[in-house]
Amino acid sequence: MALLYVDQIMVRFGGVMAVSGATLLAKAGQVTGLIGPNGAGKTTLFNVINGIQDPTAGSVSIDGENVTHLAPHKRAQRGVARTFQRLELFSSLTVRDNIRVAAELAMLTNVSSTVEKLIVRVGLTDVADRTAGDLPTGSARLVEIARALATKPKLLLLDEPASGLSDIESEHLGSLLRSLADEGLGVLLVEHDMDLVMRVCDHIFVLDLGEIIADGPPAEVRQNPRVLEAYLGAS
Amino acid sequence: MQELLTFTIIGLSTGAIYAVVASGLVVTYTTSGIFNLAHGATGMLAAFTYWQLRFDWDLPAPIALFLTLFVLAPLFGILTERVVMRGLQGTTEVVRLSVTVALFAFMIGLANWIWPSDSSREAFLKFFEGNSVAIGGINVSWHRIITFGCAILVAIVLRIVLYKTRMGVAMRAVVDDRSLTELNGARPDRVSMFAWAISASLAALAGILLAGEQQLNIEPLVLLVINAYAAAIIGRLKNLPLTFFGAALLGLLDAYYLAYSDSSWFPQSFFGFSLSGVRASIPTIILFVALLARPQSRLRAGVTRFREESRVPQWSTAILGAVTLITITIGISGMLTRANTLLLLNGFTFAIVALSLVPLTGYAGQMSLAPLTFAGLGAIAMAKLPGNGNLLTFVAAILIVAVVGAIVALPALRLTGIYLALSTAAFAVLVSKLVFNQRQTFQTGNIAVPVLDVPFVDIGSPRSRLILASVAFSILGLLVVSVRRSRLGRRFIALKDSPAAAATLGMNLTRTKVIAFAMSAGIGACAGALAGDKVSPQHYDFTQSLPVVLLAVVGGVGTVGGAFFGGILLGGNSILASVVPSLKNLAKVLPGTIGITLGRNPNGAALQTAESFRSLQSRWGLISFAGLGAIVIWALTAADVLSHWSFFVTGVVWFLAVTPNLAAIVDSTHRTRRNSTILYLAAGLVLCGGVDWSTALDVTGQRLVAVVILVAVIGLGAQRMIENEPRVHKDSPDVLGLDRSFTGEEIEQAERELRVSI
Amino acid sequence: MNQPILELRHIRAGYGAIEVMHDISFAIEPGQVVALLGPNGAGKSTTIKVVSGLLRPSSGQLVVAGRDVTGASADALSRAGVCTIPEGRGIFPNLTVRENLVMATFSGRSLEQIEHDAYRRFPRLAERRTQLAGTMSGGEQQMLSLARALAVDPAVLLIDELSMGLAPKIVSELYEQVARIASEGVSILVVEQFARTVLGVADWAIVMSHGVVQVSGPADEIGEEALTSAYLGDRSDP
Repeated sequence: MALLYVDQIMVRFGGVMAVSGATLLAKAGQVTGLIGPNGAGKTTLFNVINGIQDPTAGSVSIDGENVTHLAPHKRAQRGVARTFQRLELFSSLTVRDNIRVAAELAMLTNVSSTVEKLIVRVGLTDVADRTAGDLPTGSARLVEIARALATKPKLLLLDEPASGLSDIESEHLGSLLRSLADEGLGVLLVEHDMDLVMRVCDHIFVLDLGEIIADGPPAEVRQNPRVLEAYLGAS
Repeated sequence: MQELLTFTIIGLSTGAIYAVVASGLVVTYTTSGIFNLAHGATGMLAAFTYWQLRFDWDLPAPIALFLTLFVLAPLFGILTERVVMRGLQGTTEVVRLSVTVALFAFMIGLANWIWPSDSSREAFLKFFEGNSVAIGGINVSWHRIITFGCAILVAIVLRIVLYKTRMGVAMRAVVDDRSLTELNGARPDRVSMFAWAISASLAALAGILLAGEQQLNIEPLVLLVINAYAAAIIGRLKNLPLTFFGAALLGLLDAYYLAYSDSSWFPQSFFGFSLSGVRASIPTIILFVALLARPQSRLRAGVTRFREESRVPQWSTAILGAVTLITITIGISGMLTRANTLLLLNGFTFAIVALSLVPLTGYAGQMSLAPLTFAGLGAIAMAKLPGNGNLLTFVAAILIVAVVGAIVALPALRLTGIYLALSTAAFAVLVSKLVFNQRQTFQTGNIAVPVLDVPFVDIGSPRSRLILASVAFSILGLLVVSVRRSRLGRRFIALKDSPAAAATLGMNLTRTKVIAFAMSAGIGACAGALAGDKVSPQHYDFTQSLPVVLLAVVGGVGTVGGAFFGGILLGGNSILASVVPSLKNLAKVLPGTIGITLGRNPNGAALQTAESFRSLQSRWGLISFAGLGAIVIWALTAADVLSHWSFFVTGVVWFLAVTPNLAAIVDSTHRTRRNSTILYLAAGLVLCGGVDWSTALDVTGQRLVAVVILVAVIGLGAQRMIENEPRVHKDSPDVLGLDRSFTGEEIEQAERELRVSI
Repeated sequence: MNQPILELRHIRAGYGAIEVMHDISFAIEPGQVVALLGPNGAGKSTTIKVVSGLLRPSSGQLVVAGRDVTGASADALSRAGVCTIPEGRGIFPNLTVRENLVMATFSGRSLEQIEHDAYRRFPRLAERRTQLAGTMSGGEQQMLSLARALAVDPAVLLIDELSMGLAPKIVSELYEQVARIASEGVSILVVEQFARTVLGVADWAIVMSHGVVQVSGPADEIGEEALTSAYLGDRSDP
């Protein structure tokens, strides 16, 4: 059974159809990529998956349970965590407290040790006591990831985690994602850094104009003429 | 039938006034995103101005009208936009609201100052006073007909301006997309100036029309705006036709209530509670209902946010602060006259009320305009519960009010920002009109709140109550600090910083907000329960809450110190007003004036002051030295070397001017400069102590002014002398390299820090 | 050689502490259509913001028709003939089509002229003149923003992601219009992710990534290979 099953999701904003019948799934222990040109509806789909946006039609299931109309915090309790493309840090708390709030919300018993382990694992040791709002984008993205991980999720949704990262940082991010998947976490990754996507993803879905136009392993998707067309336009 | 028709006409003409006010509110809100709480006050000021021109200076009505509506009011609007509102782009909703509260306080102060209430002044006549025409057998005064005509004219003119002129189209365009308006070559700043000018004119028109009906009184004119809020919310703050409809509805309901509430079939009480306050609360009830009918505000990611200072308070600092506060209070309490003790006590009460906003507004980011209402409820509970003020009664009173706070907050929690703030305002007005006027609460206009019965201590004299208040503030302050340092406090901050992220991490936002409201209500209740004296409902009125909110934000609502600062400032202001008649007028406009500058220092004044003490952190030697100095000053006073006023002056100078500079003096490496600074400070202190301020200046106000000047001169002077030292200034590595490229040395340093070089 | 109509000289710009454009220089000759290409986060939209005056560069110079206009406000630049169709839809959704054109009159031309030009170019807009712009289809909305931009007779037209969220067929139609505008002698700087589509129209192409210009050259010489690697990653990568 798939960890996440998104079935025929439609989202309409006024006269505009942002997502029109997208279906995709993500498995535990895999990094699933969701790519597509700007305005394809990727962030909207993310918002639907974690409950910030109600879909016009369609359903979302986590571990076989239909969660389409659950509030975001209830989905978090069922193991969904996410990061935001436009950073949503608790900017007046320190980095450590950002992660700590998340661990506390997840009712972990060993909050402190979880937080400290995550700080080391994600590589935030040097900035742990700085106020999150003062961080450069690269570290801020890492804080978002660490914060999401602190809730001990089953499914991690990452919305452009590599934007604003240097090449070295994004390489580190790649290996972090791989190792998380190897531990059994399901990762759904929206990303524009194609080097990263092609390197870490097990399976890729391509969203264009609100529809999934292709899916498959990275090498296959890269050769797909429909994908090239979606990105480069008709020749 | 005749009666129904009469009251329909009355209702529609009242509604017409509401419509004019509300449309002005909508115009500024849509174009600049600022909900102008001071809109009614603008109308009030204009009504007074018109009265001045027309009835005091006897100008002909058309000229007076023209000057008020088309010259002075638009000028005032433009000035407001230019000086106050333009600086507010990119600030938080709390700051924006507070600034309009400040403007509100400023205008009321100004009106009180220029036109003190005076029964002998010329009457404010209606247009064509005494003339009426018969319509369908009913006599309708010309004033009403003009009022009605004005509303229709306003509707038509607004329609034409907004839809047929280029400026109007641009006003609507700014709402859609401000930067695109700029890309089109329109100047958004001019557009908002125009909007504020129109809005002020509309407020002025409504104010003049209403003053004709109800005479020239500040309060009804100012509160006119509540009716306008209700109409504007019915119009969802953007739809003018709906707003007009809402206004008509309000006017009619009011008129029909007036018509039929005396009928025998109309209920006069409800389970023993008098319904006499219902008429006055109709607009508020409608406001509340209209607010609750709004769709649940959706979580949004990617909202631009602003960073506010929020350091975790340290236990050591907090305890030191509490001990210092109690010590100082005990120290000076013996020297104060009874009247001054009571006034300072008042300041402490305000400080506790301001403190109730710290967890709610400062930490959790939820705006409340009703902090004093909970204090009022606390006072009632303390007085009515059995036990005559023992500790158990006190705790029960607090708990009851906290529960009320949570219950009341529950429906309001679907709302955010301005809508939440307005619903708390509506709650405050409702409680004032429906609860505080009951026989069961304030039966004779006031109730006696028993003094808290603390075991083994006799509290009865104002002095002991003052000390009790300082202890209570300290305990509550420590409690708030402990909340900030706890899991709950982190959740509050998370809720404020990013509701979207908090929810996706598993936070139940509603529950967190309810806890914040209950906590705030509980702390507010303490202030009421500790009143220990006769109190009247006026103390806890909505209009009284506004200055408290304002000064809490001015002081810095994110910190306990800020709340204290704000509360004492408000109390001190009333000291100033009551003790020194010559400064009374200044005192009236002072809170407003301070608040208007808020846009420039959104973190509050207390934080700035606290920042100057930060240099003393963990330097126990210096802290003991400061304490020693205070003891010396106190001892000199006790030995009658210093008079009480000289003690006060010296003490303030010591704490606010000398102490913050101690660290800089000790750290200074420049020997001559250090010595001269020490000399300068010592001379300043000797001067302060040497003068017998009680006789040198014979008015308290002048002495207070002297304190402020001395602190500024001595403190800033010392800082200047020391600050000329070359400072090691370290640029943040993120910022470096933006305005200029790195130098070789910096690259080397960066590499060392990053450990990439060998 | 002609004086360039628009020139960026060593522009650096960003948001707060984050620099997004690192020393960008390029120029547009009168009548030229320049395509600015590159993956997301390359700094293309920031470049448009700087040129249109919405974002002040931290250093460098912006020169329009020989005049240094660095730091001029967006409304001033707009009146000086730099016309922008911003990312998303460059229209006011709650104004009618006609009112959207009224907004263009801040450039100094009369409404009659603007309406005449707009409806001649896009007859479909004439049919919808009293309709709220936000209720039109995506393609029609972009027509309106093109019409509005052209009606003011700009010296330089800046177009940011005209194609976003539109079907390929509509995108090609819109670019036919852009080509026609170009043939009338308007200089155009166009940011686009549909590289193939825009390269058919452009004279010159600039490929940006990570805030610097990677490749710059005549549009027909930009190879498919270079584009694919810029957008979908380098093939040689493991």
